[in-house]
Amino acid sequence: MAQFRLPKNSRIGKGREFPAPEGARNVKRFRVYRYDPDSGGNPVMDTYHLDLDDCGPMVLDALIKIKNEIDPTLTFRRSCREGICGSCAMNIQGGNTLACTQAISDFRGDIAVYPLPHMAVVKDLVPDMERFYAQYAAVEPWMKTETATPPDRERLQSPAERARLDGLYECILCACCSTACPSYWWNGDRYLGPAALLQAYRWIADSRDEATGERLDALEDPFKLYRCHTIMNCTQTCPKGLNPARAIGEIKKLMVERR
Amino acid sequence: MMDMRKPLARVRGLGAAGEGVGHWWAQRVTAVALVPLSLWFVISVVMLAGADYATMHAWVAQPWVSVLLILFIIATLHHAQLGMQVVIEDYVSTPLLRMASILLVKAVAVVLVVAAVLALLQVALGG
Repeated sequence: MAQFRLPKNSRIGKGREFPAPEGARNVKRFRVYRYDPDSGGNPVMDTYHLDLDDCGPMVLDALIKIKNEIDPTLTFRRSCREGICGSCAMNIQGGNTLACTQAISDFRGDIAVYPLPHMAVVKDLVPDMERFYAQYAAVEPWMKTETATPPDRERLQSPAERARLDGLYECILCACCSTACPSYWWNGDRYLGPAALLQAYRWIADSRDEATGERLDALEDPFKLYRCHTIMNCTQTCPKGLNPARAIGEIKKLMVERR
Repeated sequence: MMDMRKPLARVRGLGAAGEGVGHWWAQRVTAVALVPLSLWFVISVVMLAGADYATMHAWVAQPWVSVLLILFIIATLHHAQLGMQVVIEDYVSTPLLRMASILLVKAVAVVLVVAAVLALLQVALGG
């Protein structure tokens, strides 16, 4: 059955409290999910009091400050700090987004930081992304052609054909959308999820690709594609402002069109 | 049993079933059909509120009323069983329980359709 409660060993306990430095005036509390697989204990929420007058503007700045100055054991992924690598995707104050593009000032009161929902946690804010990447690989995200490349030029595409890839190619595979989707939570073992399906449509929509029918064949399944019930969490949460739900809708329309 | 398959093998699973579009399309078509049918049904029943058995019987016996009622029953139960199937697939992951509940829902829908259509025909054909 779908799991509506956390399993016993995942229930969250109370963690430690790290007070603000002396003389701090602009204090913000960050409640951060901590899980250490080596300790054998349950996850806890640690509370860090940060002086925002001495901290960068984004949630990632706060996390880096915690790691550098307060608690080096805090574990999270980050790389580009400008919303293009997708590494720092996490659940911040109830919404999946990138810590590096999420301003602290958008929230009043405490900020709770959790790993991406309904994923196995490796440590602290680091989820296990293996299946997510396998789902991306499963849609075979590369151009498939039989016609040989013209000897003297690229494969041509009209400006209008190229424009159909806008809103698709920008996806950075941060997994915010898939891990926000209840269908992905309950049936992520068979449903490909919004991220992989948006990527699938990126290749279906590409005028240069010659395997559109095979791509549709590979998706025509009650679970792989049709677990999408247009809940729209994916679109609402996408930190890049993309619309995976629309991409999935376009795939469904093509399925009807080719009947 | 420990699952030693690689993530890609698990994601690919048994491959695409090659169906799903028919189910999805039927759910949309019945939904659209139910907009006028439900409106007609609700308005008719409200207008007949308080009518006695003979009036109701005479209303149902009219040919076009019988036709619309049969269509309404079929569309409603077809739409309902398609929707229930999706809900069960969403939330029930134990394979045997999943299959049993889907079959049960479909069986109930079929029985209800046959019973309702038979009743309507009996009235319509003066049984």
